[in-house]
Amino acid sequence: MIYLTLFWEFAKIGLFCVGGGYASMPLIQAAVVDTYGWLSMSDFVNIFTISQMTPGPIGINAATFVGTKIAGVPGAMAATFGFVFPSIILGIILARLFLKYGNIGPIRGVLNGLRPAVVALICAASISFIFLAVWNTEDIPVHWGDISWGGLAVLLLSLFAVRRKTGVIRLLLGSGVLGIILGMLGWI
Amino acid sequence: MEVKKNKHGVVEPTLSKQDESVLTPPKRDAHFFWTLFKSTFIISAFTVGGGFVIIPLLKAKYVDEYHWINDKDTLDMVAIAQSMPGIVATNSAIILGYRMAGYLGTFVALLATVLPPLITLSIISYCYDYFIQNKIIAYMLRGMQCGATALILNVGIDLAVKQCKKKLALPLLILLVTFIGNAFFQLNIMTLIVLDGLVGFFFMRAAKYN
Repeated sequence: MIYLTLFWEFAKIGLFCVGGGYASMPLIQAAVVDTYGWLSMSDFVNIFTISQMTPGPIGINAATFVGTKIAGVPGAMAATFGFVFPSIILGIILARLFLKYGNIGPIRGVLNGLRPAVVALICAASISFIFLAVWNTEDIPVHWGDISWGGLAVLLLSLFAVRRKTGVIRLLLGSGVLGIILGMLGWI
Repeated sequence: MEVKKNKHGVVEPTLSKQDESVLTPPKRDAHFFWTLFKSTFIISAFTVGGGFVIIPLLKAKYVDEYHWINDKDTLDMVAIAQSMPGIVATNSAIILGYRMAGYLGTFVALLATVLPPLITLSIISYCYDYFIQNKIIAYMLRGMQCGATALILNVGIDLAVKQCKKKLALPLLILLVTFIGNAFFQLNIMTLIVLDGLVGFFFMRAAKYN
C-alpha cells in the first residue's frame, strides 16, 4: 500500500537525518528518486526550490510536496506524519529524561556548553538573514554596495516595531503588506 | 531536587528566584491550548526558512509575550531538539510543547507547526506554475523575510547580551567561536554542537555555569 510505504520511507528519513531539514534532502532524493522512481530528478529540484521559498520548515515542505505528487493529500499526510513520527517518540523520551536527570553533573555540563552554542546559531541565522534581506544573497555578499534599499527599509522599520514590542504576527503581516507595496513600486 | 508534578503528570518547571517574578506558568486549560495552537500555527504559516528561523519567533511568543517558559529552559530544550535526528523546527515544537504542557502540549504544538505547510504545499503542488510566477506572492514573501530578520536579530542580540552580562569566559568563548565558525566559515552545525557539548561535559559542570 502506497501510504504505508510513504510513511515507512519518511519515518526512516526522519530517524536518520541529523542536522535539520537541509540534511534530509539527500535522503529524500535517495528514496524518492533513486530507489522508488516516484519522481524525476527535475521534479525533485523543483520541490527543493519550492520548499525553500514557501513558509514552513523545509523538511516538512518537501515531505508534503513529494507525498502530494505521489498519492494526493492523504499521501502528503502519510509522508509528513512518517517524517515526524521518530521525533515524537525520541523527543518525548529525551524531554522526560531531561526533567528527571537534567540536574546530574555531566548532563548539566553538556547543556551548559550547548546553551551558548544555541545562542550563537540563532545569531548566525540572523546574519545570513540580514544578507538575504539587504543584499539579496544567501552567502557573504560579494558586492557590498549592491544594497536592496526596500529590503533595508522593511528591516529597519521592523526592528523599530520589534523594539516597540509589536506582536510577532502583526509584524509579519505588516512586513508582508509593505513588501507588496514596495515591490509594486520596484524598490525591493 | 524536589520534583513537583501537576495533574497531567508533567514535572513543573523549577524556577529560580529571578524568574519567578516574570513567569506565569500556563494554566493548562482550553484557552491556553487554543492560544498555543493559534500562535504556533500563524508563525509556522508565515515563516520562510527552517529551524533557526522559527525558533526565535517561538521564543518571542512563548517567552517574551506570554511568559509560559523562561529563556534558560527554552535554550536547553532547543539544544536537545538540535542534537536529535529530525527537523529542528518540529523537534523544538515537540519538546517545548511537552515541557510546557505534557503530551497534549506536544500534540497541539506539533499539529500547529505541521498543518500550515501541509495545507500550503498541498495547494501549491496543484498550481505550481502560477505560484512560482506570481509577483505579488514573491513580494509578500520577500517583505515577510525582512520582517522575520528583525525578529530573529532581536532575539539573537537579546540572548547574546544576557550571556555577556554573566561575564564568564567559557560560555562567551563558545558563543563567539560557534558564531564565527557557522556564520563565516560554514562549519557543520553538528560538528560544532558535539564540540561545544564536549567542552561543557569536561569543563562546565560548576554551578556558576547553570
